Formats: sequence, C-alpha cells, structure tokens
Amino acid sequence: MSKNLSGLDTFPKLLLHHARVRGGLPAMREKDLGIWQTWTWRQFADEARALACGLASAGFKRGDHLAIVGDNRPRLYAAMCAAQCLGGIPVPMYQDAVAAEMAFPIQNAEIAFAVAEDQEQVDKLLEILPQCAALKRIFYDDARGMRHYAQPQLTAYDKLLAAGREALQRAPAFLETEIAKGSGADTAAMFFTSGTTGNPKGVVLTHHALIDRATAAAEMEGLSDRDVVFAYMPPAWIGQNIFSYAQPFVTGYCICCPESAETVMTDMREIGPTYYFATPRVLEALLTQVSIRMEDAGALKRSMYKYFMALAQRVGGAILDGKRAGFADRLLYMLGDLCVYGPLRNALGMSRVRVAYTAGEAIGPDLFRFYRSIGINLKQLYGSTETSVFVCIQPNGQVRADTVGPAVKGVELKFTSQRELLIRSPGLFKEYYKNPQATIAAKDAEGWFHTGDAGYVDQDGHLRIIDRVKDVGKLADATLFAPKYLENKLKFFPFVNEAVMFGDGRDRVCAFVNIDAEAVGNWAEKKNLSYSGYTDLASRDEVYALVRECIEKVNADLALEPELASSQVHRFLILHKLLDADDGELTRTRKVRRGAIAEKYRELVAALYDGRDSVHIEAQVKYEDGRSGMLSADLKLRDAKTFSAAQVKKAA
Amino acid sequence: MSAAARTFGEVILSVEGVSLSFGGVKALQGVSFDVREHEVRAIIGPNGAGKSSMLNVINGVYHPQQGTIRLRGREFHDMDSHEAAEMGIARTFQNIALFKGMSVLDNIMTGRNLKMHCNFLQQALWLGPAKREEAAHRRAVEEVIDFMEIQHIRKTPVGKLAYGLQKRVELARALAAEPTLLLLDEPMAGMNLEEKQDMCRFVLDVNDHFGTTIVLIEHDMGVVMDISDRVVVLDYGKKIGDGTPDEIRANQAVIDAYLGVAH
Repeated sequence: MSKNLSGLDTFPKLLLHHARVRGGLPAMREKDLGIWQTWTWRQFADEARALACGLASAGFKRGDHLAIVGDNRPRLYAAMCAAQCLGGIPVPMYQDAVAAEMAFPIQNAEIAFAVAEDQEQVDKLLEILPQCAALKRIFYDDARGMRHYAQPQLTAYDKLLAAGREALQRAPAFLETEIAKGSGADTAAMFFTSGTTGNPKGVVLTHHALIDRATAAAEMEGLSDRDVVFAYMPPAWIGQNIFSYAQPFVTGYCICCPESAETVMTDMREIGPTYYFATPRVLEALLTQVSIRMEDAGALKRSMYKYFMALAQRVGGAILDGKRAGFADRLLYMLGDLCVYGPLRNALGMSRVRVAYTAGEAIGPDLFRFYRSIGINLKQLYGSTETSVFVCIQPNGQVRADTVGPAVKGVELKFTSQRELLIRSPGLFKEYYKNPQATIAAKDAEGWFHTGDAGYVDQDGHLRIIDRVKDVGKLADATLFAPKYLENKLKFFPFVNEAVMFGDGRDRVCAFVNIDAEAVGNWAEKKNLSYSGYTDLASRDEVYALVRECIEKVNADLALEPELASSQVHRFLILHKLLDADDGELTRTRKVRRGAIAEKYRELVAALYDGRDSVHIEAQVKYEDGRSGMLSADLKLRDAKTFSAAQVKKAA
Repeated sequence: MSAAARTFGEVILSVEGVSLSFGGVKALQGVSFDVREHEVRAIIGPNGAGKSSMLNVINGVYHPQQGTIRLRGREFHDMDSHEAAEMGIARTFQNIALFKGMSVLDNIMTGRNLKMHCNFLQQALWLGPAKREEAAHRRAVEEVIDFMEIQHIRKTPVGKLAYGLQKRVELARALAAEPTLLLLDEPMAGMNLEEKQDMCRFVLDVNDHFGTTIVLIEHDMGVVMDISDRVVVLDYGKKIGDGTPDEIRANQAVIDAYLGVAH
C-alpha cells in the first residue's frame, strides 16, 4: 500500500505519482506473440500522456466522453487514462455486445470519440454510424484487416500516439495544466448497467468515489505493489474495472492481460496472480473441468483425490481460517497439500493467490467450500456498479458461505421496514446519466442508495442478502418470509431438485419439493429400493424420510437465525412430477413461478395447511410433442420437525 | 471486394504444354496456363483429372516429359522440390503431412528450415548466432500463429488436434516459409461448413495481407467460385476451360465434364 496519496485525487495524478516513485516496476503485462511483454509504470504514464495530447489535438475536450470498446489491453487502459488526463470521461463498452446494443450508450452520452480494439469492433461502430451522428472519430489499435477501410472517421492508434508525442514535445506544459485542473469531484468514468428492463443506465462515478473504495478495500487486504492481478473479464464491467484500473492506480500492483479468450487458463497458470476475482459461474466451470479430468485419471490418483478431498471438506476450511483442528488431521492435511491440494491449485493457476473474491450472484456453499478447503482464500463481497463495488467484504478468518461479510470501512447500512438494504458510502455514484427520475428513485435526499435487495445484518455483524425486495413477504405474525432464500437453502442438497415455499400471509411455512431423479435414483439403487418411475419413486415413504431429513437440517439451521426462525418448514409434500417450463411452472431460465404454481395446485396448498395426510390430484401434463394427457396420483403430506435455537445448540 | 476491382501484377508462373505420363496413363496432356502475381488461381476438375499431378509438377515433385515451367521468367525442366522451395513456393497437402508427435509451434518452425543459416555445430552448441537466429525465427513463427489465430494450441501436439485445426496448422507452416507462391491441395476437404468459412477467410487474408499468390485445388464449387480470381478446369489430363468464375460457370465443356453428356 503506497502511503501519502493525499492530494492525489484523480487517476492521472496517481499515475504520475507511480511513474515517479515506482517507475521501473511493472504496471501491466500482456502476452503478445507468445511472450509476456511488460509496461513499467513509467512507460504506461508516457503512453497515456502522449495519447492524451493526441486526443487533445484531435479536438477532445474536458467533459467529452470517450467510448472504449475492446478486451483487456494495455493500450485501451492507457486510452482510459488519457481521456481522464484531459478531464474527459471514458465509457468502457462490452466487447461482445452486438452493434445494436452499442448504439444506445453512444447516442445517450453523445459520444464523438471512440477507441476500438480491432476490426471486429470497428465494424460494429461503423454499422451504427448512421444512427450516431455525433460519433466523428474512431481510433483502432490492431491494424489487421484495416488496410482497405477508407472511412474518414478512422485513424490508427499508432498515428494518434505519434501525433500526441509531437504535440507533447511542442507544448510540454499543456498536459501538466490539464491534469492539475482535475479534481476528485470530477466524473472519472461511466459504466452502463445491463438493465434487464428498458434501456441501460449510465452510472456516473467520480474519481473520489472510485479511489476511496479502491483504497478502503486495498487497505483491508494489505495489497501492495508486489501483487499481481489477472484481467480476464470484460473491462466494461465494474467488477473487472475496479480490479484492473482503480485498485492498481491506488496500490501500484501489476495487471496481466491474457493473449486471447481461449488462452486464459494457460496464461493464468503462467502468471500466477496473487489477487483474484471470479464470478461463481467461472469457479463452477473450473471445478467441472477438474472433476472431468479426475474422472479420466488412473485408479490410484482417483482414490487419492477422493480420500484427500473428503479430508479437506472436513478440516480444510478450519485450517485456512486458523481455527482448531486435530493434530492428526493437520498432519494428514499437510500430506494432502503435498499430493493433491498443491498440484490442484497449481493446475488452476492459483498457487500464489492470497486473496480471491467471488461476487455477482449467490454462490452454492459446496462450490464455495471446495475452493476454501484446498487452501484458496476465496471470500465473498457485496457491491454493485452504483457503489463502486466494495460495500461488504468478508475479513480473513470470518468467512462463511451464507453471508457477504461486514460493511467495509466508510460504509453505512440501513434497512427499510420492507427490509430493503440502503447504503450510504463515499463510493456511491453521482447519478444516472441524463436520467434524473431513475436517480431520484435510487438515491434519496439524504444520500441513501436503495439497492432493491432484501437482507439483514446477523448477530456477528455480517450482511446476509436474502432475496430481491419484491419477492419478500411476511408470515401472519409479521415476521420475514423470504421464499427464494429458503428454497435455495433446501436446493443445496443434491437430493432436492426444486422447492417451492408457501407462507406469505400464513401462519407457517410449507413446501412443495421436487426430488432429483438421478441423485435419489442412485440412492435408491444402493438401498435396493425398486421403483417403476419418477412418480413411484417420489411417493415412497423412504424418499419422504430422506427429504424430511434434508428439511429438518434446514430447519435446524434456520432456528439459529433469529430473523428466520419462524420460517422453518412445518409440512411438505413431494410433487408427483417435475416442475416444467412447458407446463408454465418455471420460467425459461428455470426460475420457479411461485404464483402460477400456487394457482395451479390450489388443492395441494390447501391440503398442506388443513392437516390432511393425503390428497388426490389429477393434473394435466403437456408432452414435448404438444399433446397433453392426464396424470393422477395420491400424494402424501408429511410433517417435518421444527426446532428452537436452544434445542439445536444442545444437540451440537 | 468484387473480382473486377482487383488488379494483378505480371505473370509469375507460366505452364506451357506440359505433358506427364506414368507408363500408359496420361496424367497431363499439353496443359498450358499462367498465374499472375497476387491472384487466387483455382484448378478444378473431376476425380482423376490431373489436378494434384499439376500441382506436383509446379512443385518439382514430378518432372513432366514435355513442356516447360517458367517461374519469374526462368525456365525449369528438372526442378526438384528443394529448389522449388528456395524459389519461394510453399504448399499444403491433400492428406495432412505434419509431424503428429511434435507441437504446433515446432511444426511451424520446420517451415523456417530453409531460412536458417547457422551450421550444425553452432546449433548443437547453442552458440550466440544460433541463439539470435532461433529468436528471430521464433518471432516470425509467432506472427504466423497470431495471424492464423492458433495461440491456444501453440504447445499442443498436432496429433491431438481436430482435423480442421490440423489443416490450419499446415497452412501456418507453409506461411512460415514466407512464400511468394502458395500451393494449396484441397485445403477445405473434409471440413464442416464453419471450418470451411474460416479457412476461406484465412486464404483470402493471406492473399490480401501478404500479397501471396495462391494456386489451389478444391472440390467445393461454392468455395472455388467465391474466392478465386481465375479458374483452370482439367478433365482427363486436358485443359477444357480457363477464365473467371463467371466464364467457367457458362462454359459448356465444363458443364458437360461435371454433369456428364449422353454419347
């Protein structure tokens, strides 16, 4: 962590600072022609300065927006900084967006200048040119395939750079003044949020917001200029940008850009980052690759892997957290580290990882524990574009699968009566660009940002996100009912494929369960339980007992959470068929349509609450070829044990 | 870009009255045609028409009994394939001819063989000049790898790659020799539609970016008509047509050869 950053309130000022104090250290690496090429902080600063002068002589002025379209490339990051040197605002855009999606941000911000990575991005910009009258200059980095392009808007990056170097030599003072004019309250960058409904919104973030949050998180983790980060996610996503732009500018650490999207795995192994960020989806894909490769390994390796992974599941997390573990287990874990965990971390490119974060969506506890158990310090964080990412981070030693950690220094959390999480932090966005209505709706007069997420802070001070506010209801006694949270908890058991929780406005929670045909089928096979099909399997008493065990484990967990203790599942039934999107029970993205299900199976829901222990059902099913048929079954309803906190603690 | 807008240089290769026979089999009979600089020239024809033989004659693998091959004005009668390579001719093969056990990188490196000047001793002892030369060649190879977009398989043994990728590696090896004339023997054979489109793009890119003259044999008529500037049609070892794709499409002799005629 570099000290004495006071007065350095913008990114260009920070860049010049690093060029002075650690000019010879690497700022960026990029694999080019098979070799890692290094840019030192001095080179990076030189490039950004020359580029800024080039942009200025092309007519780029204070307050202008500069679209930046491409992957993680040092030159594109230099362009970001160049725009900021002149008091301009870089607008990173997703490199895999189709042309039509690029039109809105460019029109919205009246963008006149763009820097594009290569021919592919230039083609997209040229395609939307007729709709974007303001766009008058496009600078491209990779000249491949550009020889026959004669459009007057196009200029090569190299030419811009050369022009800039000349201008810089002619008037060296110009840029110094421009940089000095900047202040922390200026807009540093604008990120367009994807927006599931309507047009995307441009989130305006100031230098101060980004620098403050980047610094707070860096101080917490003790990041320094010896850290190395691998930049492989879209730079237009704040989640990548904060790690590959804002934080290196604060700490002076080095960013590494892979050669291409296909080489990410090998490149990461070569670099060995110390600070790593991934979405649950990426982590899951990596784990799947490991599992598949283990399936193909020889019998000896497979059994070693199995044995040591079971050990890691048991004690790995505790050892990583520095908690108590038996002496024999510790010894065995060390052996496992030598034979399995170490090589595995190496294969994943995570041998040197000190701090790893995951965020973006809820992560399954098994997946999360897998990485922690093999000694990778994976932690969760909570944040969004509007908050300059860092709101909550799990501190070392206090990592749990079901929370996102306590608030980072400087952040205040508050909840509305609907349990919506409100945030006040120096990292909050200034506004949605040209969208005052949305700004007012999201950020109130006292400066609280309304997240739309429902949650609460547990007894340890950790934030727990339970659901989107619009999905959260109340039980009859006015305690919280968060169906998705409960369903997820139950779904983490491999035997449970899908669950639907009822309870809004009722005195207790009851559930529909879909069993996982494969997992339960395997289990039945091992128990010598014969069955004729899904419906038969789902109706077996043994299966009911199995599901009841899962539910009771969930209940025991819930009993320990005062906020959710009354959400324990009292009764359940196992549906005779799998919920299906074709029957209107799931959305196409496989989300439960709770309302439609409650309506369709009114009879079953009523039975759950009136105490019958069996109910006859006839349901219409649609086959894949479009025909429909009737399915009738007698469904059993069973109670599940509920607990008080005292009971659970005693049992433990 | 339309074919009409393209301009070509002078004739760099001319084949005049070439005849080649294997015992009683007349593979080529008095075939003449020319290739201009920077153009994409296709040789097509039904099975057994003599296409590969023609390519082998240009390449110096076969020596014709009659006729001459003129490359940049120089006449050749008994050129061998080593000389052909030194003259700037590189080729790919109908059935891939790569070293299966070697990595993609090493395979492409073999394409630089003729350009290496250090002697055996220097290379064996890894002396300064050999080191510098290796680095320079490695750079050239990496540029080809970048151009062909095969960075992700750089270190993979060729035998493990899918067929379409092996074809791409073979083209990369030919490119590493920095040829002025590139002979492609059925570059798209056995590929699926997507691989074919990729390969077409690479062939056109090579032609455009390096200005390489390309002579290719191909069975896929769609491909030939799309990417060639001029087409030669052979049938039973004789030339039955020569011209732009449009002219070939309208040529009755060619239509007859492909569809057959009632005798």
